[in-house]
Amino acid sequence: MKMFEYMGKELFAQFGLPVPKGRMVTDPDEAAKVAAEIGGSVVIKSQVLIGKRGKAGGIKFADNPEGAKAAAEEILGMTIQGLPVNILLVEEKLKIDKELYMSITVDGAAKAPVLIASAYGGMDIEEQPEEYIIKRHIDPELGMQAFIARDVVRKMGFPLNTPHGKQIVKIIQVLYKIFIEKDAELVEINPLVFSDDKVIAADSKVTIDDDAMFRRKELPYVEERSATEKAAKDLGLSYVDLDGEDIAVMANGAGITMGTLDTIEHFGGTPANFLDCGGGTGREATGKALEILFGLNPKVVFVNIFGGITRCDDVAGAVADVYKARGGFPVPLVIRLVGTNQEAGRAILEEIGVEAYDFMEDGAKRAVDISKGQA
Amino acid sequence: MAIIIDENTNVLVQGITGNQGVFHTKQMLAYGTKIVAGVTPGKGGNVVEGVPVYNSVREACENHRIDASVLFIPAPFTKDAAFESLEAGVGVVVVVTEGVPVHDETAIVAYAKRKGAIVLGPNTFGIVSSGKCKMGIPPNQYFVEGNVGVVARSGTLTYEITGSLTANGLGQSTVVGMGGDRVVGLTFIDVLRMFEKDPQTEAVVLIGEIGGNAEETASEYIKEMTKPVVAFIAGKSAPPGKRMGHAGAIIERGKGTYKGKVEALTEAGAKVAALPFEVPAIVKEVLGK
Repeated sequence: MKMFEYMGKELFAQFGLPVPKGRMVTDPDEAAKVAAEIGGSVVIKSQVLIGKRGKAGGIKFADNPEGAKAAAEEILGMTIQGLPVNILLVEEKLKIDKELYMSITVDGAAKAPVLIASAYGGMDIEEQPEEYIIKRHIDPELGMQAFIARDVVRKMGFPLNTPHGKQIVKIIQVLYKIFIEKDAELVEINPLVFSDDKVIAADSKVTIDDDAMFRRKELPYVEERSATEKAAKDLGLSYVDLDGEDIAVMANGAGITMGTLDTIEHFGGTPANFLDCGGGTGREATGKALEILFGLNPKVVFVNIFGGITRCDDVAGAVADVYKARGGFPVPLVIRLVGTNQEAGRAILEEIGVEAYDFMEDGAKRAVDISKGQA
Repeated sequence: MAIIIDENTNVLVQGITGNQGVFHTKQMLAYGTKIVAGVTPGKGGNVVEGVPVYNSVREACENHRIDASVLFIPAPFTKDAAFESLEAGVGVVVVVTEGVPVHDETAIVAYAKRKGAIVLGPNTFGIVSSGKCKMGIPPNQYFVEGNVGVVARSGTLTYEITGSLTANGLGQSTVVGMGGDRVVGLTFIDVLRMFEKDPQTEAVVLIGEIGGNAEETASEYIKEMTKPVVAFIAGKSAPPGKRMGHAGAIIERGKGTYKGKVEALTEAGAKVAALPFEVPAIVKEVLGK
């Protein structure tokens, strides 16, 4: 789950990480009020879950409350890369002497957290040469000890006995604490700025591990999915909208679902979606998943099941439930069904006159033919 | 031979009294797996499918020799259960559970490394040394003994490909599911090394997917292997930046693309199948059958 910048900064502040004065608003009058509270120049930042908003005009400056109100009015009407702006963050305009980069994420290949830091942060961090980027893997059993933070600051080129050096050592340790205690996949500060003697997090990007949300109830919830993706997620399924419209696809497992999409494209078909109903999805949820697929108004629905923990009789039962509830299918349904409890599943399908394929290849070919009106 | 588990492996099932635990204990026993004990805290003294149930892994170890453990444990409790087996000295821990928090996964893998144990998963279908022993959830009938080693990140795609190998008369030595999550116990290279040494294995099928750089790293070792490798990479048609189910299956910053993986594997001398059902023919070709 991605958090909005203002949420990340609230989290930072809770842990004692320095952030600019300010707060979140949703209308221009509030923006003027916050600007008056802060006094002096302010920055008005659109809150969207996407990068490069500055380049899209989603960040504006103002010298007084009236200016803040005008800027807020302008940004609230914007759409940034397809996302409407509904929330703003109004905060003090910092004096920026230098911009740094700091983040912690999980490195799957190293099977450990990795701290990434650079003395050259800001908008173009991705274009910085490798030698300006410091990567330090953290032994999870050791954690972020002070000596590690000090060594990173040394490598960034800052003296340890200066106010800046001391503050960065502290910030690195606090950032790791947030990363662990809040089950984050990513905590990023870009830029982390020098403002006179202070070091301040001028931005925040925090992503919480979806799998850990069950124990992170204290965090605000951010919805970042389409309505269909949300409906699927509520059923415990992974769903992604794709560009095609013809063939709605469901398979059990991420790998086989991708393999199914690849196969459909190989035969010249265009898949409308990715829907993984793996992991032992029950009969009822599978039925609802089928309803999601029919709701896409495709030309054909292709179900590809190789049952392991998923049981063929559950899937076939769901197909039969939907068939009976609707009095037939609105568009053809092609199903490949093999694996655990295959015979029981086939028997259920036979009762409603649906024939199952043994091989993905044959099922996919059939679905593509139907989608092209060649059946 | 075969790798990691064989006909002499004594298996423990953690979470044996749950729905999945009971169902898959039955399936594993039917496959011939030597399940000697189960554990569910608070359910000690029960018997599931003829298997004695204990309250803790330590208690099971006091009564049996335990070589390997397979977990059917809900995600919030998986770290505790995996730690319990590792702490008791179990050498192979198979974590089937999907949706384990990534920080828990990191902790499990780090502890296993310190204990010198093998962890498969989290989010794995398990492991099958065909004809000898199955730990996990794959359907039994598609796993037949033979000379092809299979190593994979994702589950059902592996059944798909293993099933087509079997249908084409190509049995397997061992089929290893490393797990689909971002942090898992083994790498492709770990498993490829074992297959390279295993006398039963004559060729290896590597089943990867887009995202991460596990396949690219594996290519470095494939160059040194004497045994032929056939690969399939899922996700050719996946749009960039979209997460497709697995934490693993995501393309980030241009890394882990389909094209990059296929190029690295091909350059290392592996044969890459464009579609899953092309794998058996290519395996036959590299084995000269």
